[in-house]
Formats: sequence, C-alpha cells, structure tokens
Amino acid sequence: MDTIASTTAERPAASASPSAAPILKVSNIESYYGPIMAIRGVSLEVPRGQIVTVLGANGAGKTTILKTISGVLDPLKGTIEFEGQPIQRLDADRIVRMGLSHVPEGREVFPFLSVRENLMMGAYTRRDRRAIPGDLERIYSYFPRLKERLEQPAGQLSGGEQQMLSLSRALMNRPKLLLLDEPSLGLSPLLVKEIFGIVKRVNAEEGVSILLVEQNARMALELAHYGYVIEVGRIVMADTCERLMASKDIQEFYLGAKDESARGERRWKRKKTWR
Amino acid sequence: MLDFIQQLVSGVALGCVYGLIALGVVLIYKTTEVVNFAQGDLMMLGGFFAYTFIGILGLNYWLGFALAVAAMALVGMLVERLLVRPILGFPQFAIVMATIGLGFFLRSIAGMIWGTDDLKIDTPFSNGVVKFGDLVLADDKLSVIVATLILCLVLYLFFNKTRLGTAMRGTSENMLAAYYMGIPVKRVVSLVWAISAMVAACAGVLLAPITFIHSNVGLALGLASFPAAVLGGFGSIPGAVVGGIIIGVLQTLAGFYMAEGWKSVFPYIILLGVLLLKPEGLFGALGRKKV
Ligand SMILES: Nc1ncnc2c1ncn2[C@@H]1O[C@H](COP(=O)(O)OP(=O)(O)OP(=O)(O)O)[C@@H](O)[C@H]1O
Ligand SMILES: [Mg+2]
Repeated sequence: MDTIASTTAERPAASASPSAAPILKVSNIESYYGPIMAIRGVSLEVPRGQIVTVLGANGAGKTTILKTISGVLDPLKGTIEFEGQPIQRLDADRIVRMGLSHVPEGREVFPFLSVRENLMMGAYTRRDRRAIPGDLERIYSYFPRLKERLEQPAGQLSGGEQQMLSLSRALMNRPKLLLLDEPSLGLSPLLVKEIFGIVKRVNAEEGVSILLVEQNARMALELAHYGYVIEVGRIVMADTCERLMASKDIQEFYLGAKDESARGERRWKRKKTWR
Repeated sequence: MLDFIQQLVSGVALGCVYGLIALGVVLIYKTTEVVNFAQGDLMMLGGFFAYTFIGILGLNYWLGFALAVAAMALVGMLVERLLVRPILGFPQFAIVMATIGLGFFLRSIAGMIWGTDDLKIDTPFSNGVVKFGDLVLADDKLSVIVATLILCLVLYLFFNKTRLGTAMRGTSENMLAAYYMGIPVKRVVSLVWAISAMVAACAGVLLAPITFIHSNVGLALGLASFPAAVLGGFGSIPGAVVGGIIIGVLQTLAGFYMAEGWKSVFPYIILLGVLLLKPEGLFGALGRKKV
C-alpha cells in the first residue's frame, strides 16, 4: 500500500503504457467556496482509456474536484491539463467543447424539456450534426427505457431514469473524458449494476476515459483501474484498485465495517496513520 | 353594441402592448431572476429609434421598424452587460433598484436627445380604418393585434423548434445544467435581453400611431404590464400575453362605462385581486412548462 501526502507525482501503476501522456493531469489545485477552502492541493491523473475513481466520505471534496475540472468552479491555485492543454482558466462551455463532459451529482436534468430535448442539449456543442441520429440510436440501445419516454418531460422520469438520461446526455457530446459524480446515488442495487455495466461498456467499446466519484466503494473499486482516497480536501491514498481493495484501511472504512459504534472511535485513530 | 365591440378591440390592442412588455419581463425573469422595471422604457426607446429612422432620416417605415428593433437588440445586450451582469448575485432589492434607476436614466436620456414634445411618425396604419358594415375599426389598433399574433408565433417556433431557443428554455430551467452541457450561458442570457428589448421595441413602434412618442410613454404602460405578468403566472409567456389582453380589455371597458379615474387604477385592482385570490396566476401551474 502506498501512502502519500498531498502530491502524487508518480504515474499510476496501471497505466496502459507508461510513456503515454495522461488525458487529464490535475496538479495541486485549491478551490474555495467563499472563504472556505474545500480542496487543498489535490493532484491526480487519468491515464488515457482508463477508469479512475475517487473515494471519500461526505464532504471530503469529491464533487468540488470534479466541478473544478469541468470549469464550473475556478481553482485559486494549481493547474489542470486536458490532453496536454491547460484548462483551469477556461469557461465551462469551452471545456465541454474540447470533449470533457461532466455528469453532475443529483442528475440535474432540464425538468420541463422532453427527454429528447435533454439529449439534444447534450449534443449542443457538436459540430458533426449529421452523426447525431446514430448516436441517439446507440443511447437507445444502452437504455431502451429512454426511447419509450422521448416526448415526456424529464422531470416526470423516475430517479433511475433521470440518472440514465443524465449519463446519456453527457455521452451525446461524444466526450473523450467523462466525469461521473455518484451515478449510483439513490438507485436500487439492480439499477446500479445496470448503470455501471453501461459505464464499463462506454469505457471498453468507445475508449472513453472516466473519472468516477463514488460512495459505493466496492462497485467503484471493482470497475476502476486506479483509485484515489480523499479526506477533508486532501488526497491521502492512491493506488491500483486491486491493492486498494486489499488495504486494511479501505476494507475497514470504505468496504463496510459492521460494528458501527466502535467504528467511529477507531476510525479517528486510524485516520492519523494515513498522514 | 357597436360601441362595445369597438371598445373591445381597443382593449385587446392595448392589452397586446401590455402583453408584449410583460412577455419581455417574464422572459428576463425566467432566465436571470431579474425583475426588469425598465421594460416599458425600453419600449419607449424603441419608439424614439423608429422616430429617428423614419421621422428624421426619412427611411421607409418597414426599414425604419427593422432598424429600430435591431438597435434595441444592441441596447438590450448593453444593459445586460453593463448593468445587470455586474450586480447579479446581489440581493434582489439592489437589482430592483438598479432596473428602476435604469428606467429613470432612459427617460431622462430620451428627454435630452429628443426633447419633451409629443412626436409622431407616419405609418401605413395611421388614420386608416377597416369597415364591417357599421362597425369601424382603426388600422393602427388592428395592426397591434395582428403583429402580436405573428410575434407570438415566431417566438413559439423559436423557443420550441430551434437549438438556441431550446437552450434558452433549458438555461431558464436549470442554469447549472446548461453550463454542464457546454451551453454558453453568458451569451444566452445576453441574447435573452436582446430578444426582450426587441419585443419591447416592436410594441413601441406599433404603439406610435396610437399614442404619441414621448419619453414618459413607457412609465404607465410598463407599470401596468406587471399586473399582466402576475395574472399570467409570472413565468409563462402565453400567460403574459393573455394576462395583458385581459387587463387591457377590462381597463378599456372600465374607462368607457365607469367614472373617470377608474381606468388608470383598474390594472392594480386586478393585481391585488390576483395576489389575494390566486397568487399563482391563471397559468401558474401549467405556465412553468413554457419559457
Ligand atoms: N456551495 C457551497 N458553498 C459552501 N461550501 C460548500 C459548497 N459546496 C460544498 N461546500 C463544502 O465544501 C466541502 C466539500 O464539498 P463537496 O461537495 O466537494 O463534498 P463531496 O465529497 O462531494 O461530498 P458528498 O459525498 O456528500 O457529495 C464540504 O465541506 C462542503 O460543506
Ligand atoms: Mg459530492
């Protein structure tokens, strides 16, 4: 198990080829909400074609990292390189145009637009308008349920269907890198499996690189190649998912200790060992 | 009976003007949550631009109309960029004061440039009438009604059938999601102001043959359009137009059949009534689906 401080200079071990440049390289970013520092010097990489996951408790700063990458939030310090280009100062719409799509926490569909219109909004920045019908067909093959509800307002979909829509909408941008923020939130185990299955296919069949934030650590670690653990705005661990799963700390704090009352106490002590 | 129909048509025409102003207010409110109290003064400015192009420069009516509308699109974008964008995120009170201040500013600027005399332009609709037997209807009033219908149809098609229009609806429903889709939100907001100012300009030019062009013409009409927006549910574009027409008709009939003075307070009586009895407006529940 690697134990690292606030920097991760070394390349992820599972990188397809060590010489290939990562599609995303985040170096020492700091982001604030007003005066509150939400992430403190976070660095991470997503190798091209891989799935990387970020684990962490509520309020650790996972969403903030994704928002900072997609340009909804500007970092005060640090750099973000997407395909070798610095993007930390770009507006969100420019970043989407470059092929980086963000599936936000809580779906964020357009409630009164129809499902079809939501999907078309996902393709808003696309130049190759002719290819859009084909992409829609592919989305329907992933989620046949969406096809049945095309003319319905998205606000009338169930939570699970909205999550499918949110993911599909992002795919309509034909992203090279997909940021996924807790796609399993509030879904039944069966639906989580379905969504994760599609994520895996998107990665394997379309070669889309993925940065996945999840509370469901087991699913995330099984799906991803590489993982980071974040606590109170700092990255405290980074390793391949196999090794993370084997780690005692991860098993105890993220894969579920049974004894809830003892857990809080031990957790407090154990946390110290990571620093 | 003939009187009644004539009053009805006048009322609908006046109501269309209210509706067009209210439509702009609603459009801006839905996308940016800014309540623009200067919408009536934007309409007034549109009238003065038309006067400049048609009355002073002697251009063809339709060309002058188009130029006035285009110029107002620029004004709308300027207002958004210079006044609204910098204060976005301030308390609602500050924003309201800013748009009220903008109204004062526009009125005094117009007074300084074009003076305080009543101005008039020649339009194809000035002084003409259409006769149906004994019923005589003025062209200028009919033109307002027809133009409002056309404008509503164009806006409907734009918001429902085009990519940009759909993106505007999306932005007004969920601005954060619009950012995630790569929709250039700032440009979209700027265009919403442009469209609102253009609609106001249309109202201003259409109104020119009915009232005079004067720097205060937007004040009363602008204020009276708020009851229209509220009646329509303050969020629905069809609601704003229907609300405007209802208020225009009731006000005109009140002016004709009731004592002097009722006419000008009537919109506010309706406003209070709506707020007390049906605060969500006629289109409240359904209206949120539309822009
Ligand atoms: N809009 C905001 N304004 C102020 N503080 C915020 C805001 N959003 C998040 N924070 C704070 O920033 C910190 C990180 O929040 P963030 O949303 O990134 O956590 P998270 O890891 O995504 O949590 P969760 O698992 O609950 O989604 C938290 O302490 C949170 O309280
Ligand atoms: Mg989060």
